[in-house]
Order: sequence, then C-alpha cells, then structure tokens
Amino acid sequence: MSDWEVVIGLEIHAQLATKSKIFSAAATAYGAAPNTQACLVDLAYPGVLPVLNAEAVRMAVKFGLSIGATVAPRSIFARKNYFYPDLPKGYQISQFEEPVVKRGSLAIVLDDGSVKRVGITRAHLEEDAGKSLHEGLANASGIDLNRAGTPLLEIVSEPDMRSAKEAVAYMKKVHTLVRYLEICDGNMQEGSFRCDANVSVRPRGREKFGTRAEIKNLNSFRFVEKAIQYEVARQIELLESGGTVVQETRLYDSDKHETRSMRSKEEANDYRYFPDPDLLPLEIDADFIEAVRATLPELPDEKAGRFAAQFGLSPYDAGVLSTSRELGAYFEALVGAAGAPQAKLAANWVMGELSSALNRDNLEITASRVSPLALAGLLARVVDSTISGKIAKDVFEQMWSGGSAADVIIAAKGLEQITDSGAIESVIDAVMAANPKQLADFRAGKDKLFDFFVGQVMKSTQGKANPAQLNELLKRKLGGSS
Amino acid sequence: MLHNLSIGALADLLATKKISSVELTRHFLARIEAFNPKLNALVTQTAELALQAAAAADSRRAAGEDSLLLGIPLIHKDIFCTDGVRTSCGSRMLDNFIAPYDATVVERLKAAGTVMLGKANMDEFAMGSSNETSYYGPVKNPWDTSKVPGGSSGGSAAATAARLTPVATGTDTGGSIRQPAALTGITGIKPTYGRVSRYGMIAFASSLDQAGVFARSAEDAAIVLQAMAGFDPKDSTSVDAPVPDYGAALDLPLAGLKIGLLKEFFEGLEGRNTALIEEALRVYRALGAKTVDVSLPHLPLSVPTYYVVAPAECSSNLSRFDGVRYGYRCEQPKDLMDLYQRSRGEGFGAEVKRRIMTGTYVLSAGYFDAYYLKAQKVRQLITDEFRSAFAKVDLLLGPTTPTPAFAIGAKIDDPVTMYLNDIYTIGANLAGLPGLSMPCGFIDGLPMGLQLIGPHFSEDRILGAAHRFQQQTDWHNCAPRGYDS
Repeated sequence: MSDWEVVIGLEIHAQLATKSKIFSAAATAYGAAPNTQACLVDLAYPGVLPVLNAEAVRMAVKFGLSIGATVAPRSIFARKNYFYPDLPKGYQISQFEEPVVKRGSLAIVLDDGSVKRVGITRAHLEEDAGKSLHEGLANASGIDLNRAGTPLLEIVSEPDMRSAKEAVAYMKKVHTLVRYLEICDGNMQEGSFRCDANVSVRPRGREKFGTRAEIKNLNSFRFVEKAIQYEVARQIELLESGGTVVQETRLYDSDKHETRSMRSKEEANDYRYFPDPDLLPLEIDADFIEAVRATLPELPDEKAGRFAAQFGLSPYDAGVLSTSRELGAYFEALVGAAGAPQAKLAANWVMGELSSALNRDNLEITASRVSPLALAGLLARVVDSTISGKIAKDVFEQMWSGGSAADVIIAAKGLEQITDSGAIESVIDAVMAANPKQLADFRAGKDKLFDFFVGQVMKSTQGKANPAQLNELLKRKLGGSS
Repeated sequence: MLHNLSIGALADLLATKKISSVELTRHFLARIEAFNPKLNALVTQTAELALQAAAAADSRRAAGEDSLLLGIPLIHKDIFCTDGVRTSCGSRMLDNFIAPYDATVVERLKAAGTVMLGKANMDEFAMGSSNETSYYGPVKNPWDTSKVPGGSSGGSAAATAARLTPVATGTDTGGSIRQPAALTGITGIKPTYGRVSRYGMIAFASSLDQAGVFARSAEDAAIVLQAMAGFDPKDSTSVDAPVPDYGAALDLPLAGLKIGLLKEFFEGLEGRNTALIEEALRVYRALGAKTVDVSLPHLPLSVPTYYVVAPAECSSNLSRFDGVRYGYRCEQPKDLMDLYQRSRGEGFGAEVKRRIMTGTYVLSAGYFDAYYLKAQKVRQLITDEFRSAFAKVDLLLGPTTPTPAFAIGAKIDDPVTMYLNDIYTIGANLAGLPGLSMPCGFIDGLPMGLQLIGPHFSEDRILGAAHRFQQQTDWHNCAPRGYDS
C-alpha cells in the first residue's frame, strides 16, 4: 500500500445578497411562488437586454479586497452556451477569461494549530439558473425561473488542500468571511452557499497531479467532508487495484454517502464561450475600489488577532469568538460589562454554557435569552465569590428559562456561597463526627477519602461552601491539627 | 397628394387643421389596403389601433400640443416589439408571438405621437439581403415587382417607396437599411452603434445591430431619428451622449467639406454605377466640397469577417427560441431533446439555420481562434483604418450596392453571391459607424443608391450633406410608376 497524497480545490458559489437580480430588476427573495419573481429579462423574452447590477459588483470587489486579491480594472462578461429548460436564454452570463477578482488567499488553522494559506485563483460574477421541478407533475416537468439571474460569486481556490478536513476548514473560512462582509446570507439549506470539489490523489512526493473528479453541488460542510472522504477512498482503491481515475463530473448522494458518475470529460459540453456583446467590459477605477475599501468591516482574522492581543485569549478561543460578527460583538459587549480582566472567564462562558444553550434551542446569538449585560451580572458573582462556578451554571439555566437577573435568583434561592470560615468549620466538624470510620481510615493513609469529606460538606451546604476555603480547612482538620 | 408630402408639410396641414390625423391615417390605410396585396410589404396591419392612436393625436393637438411627429403615420419593422401586437421577426418561430412590451424605439415614437399603421415584412430574424427568407413570403419591389426590394428591412423600404407610409423604422446589421433604401429609391440612415437603443429590438448580431429610419428625404429621416435617438438605461451598449439638433444641422454649408473616396469602393465598380457617383460628386463639388482619395486596405475582408462575427452572435442570440416559454412549439414532443430539435427545426427557415450552424461552428473548441478571434482582429483593423481615414476626411462617399435590384429567386440558392451584395455596407457595421443611402440615379430603370459614411456620432453631418444634395437634385422625389398619384 503506497502513501497517497490528497489534492483538493474548491469552487464555492456564494449567492450575493443583492435585492434585485444581477441583470434585471426582479427581486431575489427566496421562497416565492414559482415564476413570480421572473421578469421579461429573466424569462429571456425576445428583444430584452441585460443591465449589470452595480451592487453585485460592489460586493465582488468587497470580497476581493478582503482576501488581498487584485481587483481587475477591466473584466469581461462572457456567454456560456448550452441548452437546458432552466436556462432561458440558452446561455449563462458569466465571467470566463477575465474575472473581476484575481489571486488572493485565506488562512486556515489546521488541527495541529499551525496556519496554512489557501490560494484563491479567482472570483467571478455570474448569474444563477432557474430550477426544474419534477415532483407532483404527472409526466411533465415544471420550471421555476425565480432563481434565474440571481447573482453569484464563484470563488475558485487553488488545489491547495490536502484533506477533507482542510477543505471544510477553508469552506468554513469563506463562509465566515462572506457573512462578515454581508455579501451573502450563507444559508446552505436554501442553496445560498454551496460548492463543487475537485478531488485527486497522487503518490506522496510526486509533483504531477493525479486525474481529478469534480463533485458537484455540495451544500453542507458535512457533505463536503463525507463526499471527499468517499471520493478519496474510491480513487485510492481504484489506483491500487490497477485501475485509472477518469476525469469526470460526479454527484454526491447524501443518503447513500457515495459519489456517482454524472458525465465524463468526453461527454462534457462545448460551451462556446465568447464575450457577451450586450454588456460592456466591466471597468472599475481606483476611486471605486477605495470607496469600497472604506466600507470593509474588521475581518475575521483581524478580529481574532485583536482578541488574542487585547484580551490575552488563546488563538483557538480568539478564532472561535470571531467566527461571526454577531458572536464577536456579544463577546465584546460581555467583556465591556464584566471588565477586561475577566475576558478569559467571559470567553469560556460564551463558548461553553451560552453556546450549548443556543444550540439546544436552535437560536442565533442575536436571539440569546441572556443578554451580555445579564451574563456579566452573573460572572460578577462568580468573581466576587458570592457563588461558585458550579452554582453559576444552575443560575445561568434559570436566567435562560426565566429571564431574571442573576442577583435576583441568587437572593431568592439563597445560593450565596458560604465564605465564613467558622461556618464551614462547624459543618466539617459535624461531618467528621458523623463518620468516624472514614476519618480513621483516612488518617491511616487512605488519601482518596479526602474527596468523600468534600462531598459530604458540600451536600450539607447544598454546594454553597466556598471550594477553596473548604479544601484548605478540610486539609487542616482531617490532618488533626485543629 | 398627401402621400407625396414631407413630414413637415403634413405637420403643417395637421397644425392648421386642414386635415386630421384620423383622415391622414385613413388615407394611408387605404393605400395599404390597395397595394399591400401586390407588394407584401406588411405582415400585420393595425388599422384599428392606428385610428385610435390618430384620434388620440388629434386630441393632443386640440389641447394645444404641436410637434412635427404628432399624428404622423409610420410602419415599424416587425423586429421591434410592440405591446399587444404580434411581433414575428419574419419567422414561423414567432408567428404566434404577441409582444408584452414596447421596444424603446416604439415607445419613444409613440410618445412623440406617431401612429403605427402596421408591421413590416422582413427577412427572417433580419438574415437576408432580399427579403426572400421571410416566413411570410418575399416583398416585391414597387419599381418592378419581379425584383427584390433588398433586405433585411425590405418591407419597410418597399412600403416607404410605394408611399404606403411617410416613414418606416428599420434595422441595419450588415446593410439592412441602406441596401433596401438604395434598391427602392429612398433615403435610409443607419446611425452610430449605440445612438439608438436596441432594447426591444429582437437581436440578430448584438454588436452590429442598429435601428434606423427609412424616409423619402434626409429631412424627414432627421425628424424621425431625432425622436428615436438617445441613451437608454435599458441598453448597456447605448451611448450616454447628447443628441444634436438634426434639423438645425441640415442647412449647414458644405464649403470646405472633405469627401473621401475609398479606393476599395471603386475598384471593379460597374461603369454605369461609377458614372452616377461621378455625377453626384459634381453636385458636391459645386456646393464647395473637396474630394480626397483614401484607402482602407482591409475593407475587402469585411464580408468574410461579418459572416463569422454575425453568425457567431446569432447562434447564441437565437438559443432562447427553444419552444419552452413562447413562440413555436412542435406537436407532441417525445422528450426534451425532441422538443428542442423539432421546435427549432420546424420553426426556423433555411437561412437562419445556416447561420446558426456557421456561428456554432466558428465558436466551437478548436475553431474559435482561427475564426472568431481572427475575425475580431480583422474587425479591429478595419475600425482602425476607418479612424485613420476620418483623420483626413469628413465623410466617405461611395456606392451603396454593386447593382440595382435583382430578380426574385436569382440569388436565393447561392448564399455567397447574395452575401456579396452587402460588400459596401458591412464595413460601417463592423466599425459601428453611421451610414446613409440616398437615391442618385437609375440603372435599367431601377433606382441606385449613393452611400455616405461618417465618423461616430456624425449623423448631423451626414444628414446635412444628404439634405444639401437633395436640395440640388430630384432623384429622391422620383416615385415608382403607379404609386405617386
């Protein structure tokens, strides 16, 4: 068995969040009744002409600037010619030889914590096609052209990824970025963000790429990972049994978790690309680029870097807290209220209790039932030792379900921590008196019984004894030095 | 007679209430009734709509409005979408197509108060030079009904020449206004590419198509062009530049005008054709113009270049006619492929299919560089050569066509010979230049055209030069026998 190296490149299609279509004034909103958002231009009526949506251009430039790419001063829209019922003009308008964005890159963090740069060859503007509908129509197919003409940014990476995990990390990074830039809603169920994966394998050490297969239309991170894993295994098995990989387009079946051949290179269409004579070359000047640059938000990597530097967070924590603008904003509001010295505690709470509560209730961070200010109120009671971290989790659950402030819950339920040494000592004395056997065993050398005494004291105090104080006092008392 | 009058004269009659637009419209509708069966110039007559529009124009005049085109009848080439009216483009493919909107040209002329009498016959999808490729049969030349009127705007030309309308719209992709204007003895102008919106004009070759006007004089053409021209946000290739006052430019003196004579236009030109041009040049010299010899060495490559570029674009433009959403659909398709193949196979005529296949071929992998890219390079060379020429001269003057109108059926089976009919007109399309043809005499009793080509956006200069010529000559007032009285 040889040592195989996996080579992956992704073509991501991000639907741009413009109000109207890329070449017409029709709305782009998702979910309308079929063909209610298709105007004469989208329906390709005789005589109609495309007019480029400036907002789509602005969004493409925004993306280009955020990946350190070159924004082409002049790019060309071409026609990709093929017949299909959901393609009303018989051609798709797309950028072919001259894309609007060229040569950028994004950094991803690998499992071992190292950082890898993934090259982005190009990003180009194009229009989406409509949809064919086959269900519920006896012996016929329906066509819904609502999606026809929706603006897409196709983001093409270099073949820089070496595992399915890396591919997913890259895709997530792009997903984070386009939402930061507010150029794509990132909704994968609705198809707003999807990708094609080019996958090949080669014996490790060889420079020449193996023959690749392209897996089309993957619309979840999990499918990307599964489909690539399946495809890699398939190609290796094929090569090791003496076969050859053929260049082809494959489809991923998410029910069976396998990829299937769709069409081979020989069956591929000749798209007869040529510049669209209905559209002038897209010319973008330096002023336009600078104006767009001025609108760029703090980017995910910048935010993560700042979180790490400003709050002393680990790169991992800083990265997690900057995966979305909203999460970052929540975290910053929390630290603002709790105080910078509590940043690490705040990070743990956001990534821990808060995230699991959000996940459990399937809520976005913006819909959190506990506001940053309320959470800061809870953390303050942990910091001043009014309650322990463990009790704080219970209080958080009550805040989440009931909406009251931490202090209200703590007071109502009498959850204040016992920090009076005398009070703790008397409980310890009572516990020792009630458990003479365990005390004797401990003193005879059974160190493990220490935890038993901690448990007994906590039980008696309903968990309210200050853990650090308890430890200290218990050590002294059990040792016999009272 | 009303049908021999200029727009200016008709507008006077309307303004002074000597005639109403309804009466004027009835007059032309009656002529259409009488002569169209013989000429086949119109494929759709819209008498009822016309009378409504005329009545509306009369009310506008009654309300005090006054403009040259208010209440003036016209005919639109059936390539322009007209809201609620069949727009066939001369094809079986669109025989059942009722356009749901107005082309920008139609909309602007409607707003100016013109009255549409009907839609003009044309070569199918504007592909032809004789109007013989129309699904609705050939148009007859009013000068001799055994002859073609030229194409592709043959119906518009024949109707204007026969005085079935004062003016008509047309489109010119490779001479489709100028050549039929020449062969029917009228004036036709193709403006600069981008001067008139292409929105709603069914595309043949998008980088070459341009809408223009047929009229019986440069003066009338100027009035109509004025209303059509100008930027349209719906057409990205229309140019956002001010439109000059064409009427005011008509009377500018020609003294010192430098007219370029293209060597390539006169080499091998038939003697009688040369003589007509010489005669016209005498008129221009008398008006103070000077002539300068110029040469465009790559101009002879216009026809092959055009027959790569235009089919390439048309093969893509006509893909939308697939039988799915509108237009012709074959009976009982077995499956999707059958639907495509039979709908297109039955819906398109032979010339359209020939060009779709040629265009598909020149864009195919392995041929693209040798044909499409090379043609684009030659196109650029020709454009550059025109630009150099216009550094030396104000206008170029030459023949519009090599010969007068030919017999129906004479060339239809020989596409290459047919294509060569456009040898003098195609260059202006490739370079996007404005061009005009006007009558300059007769050969064998058939009218011949003189062509003026100018630099980009020099429509005013071209119309002025044509108007000055028409003030000195009477060719443009000659009517085919039987149509002037």
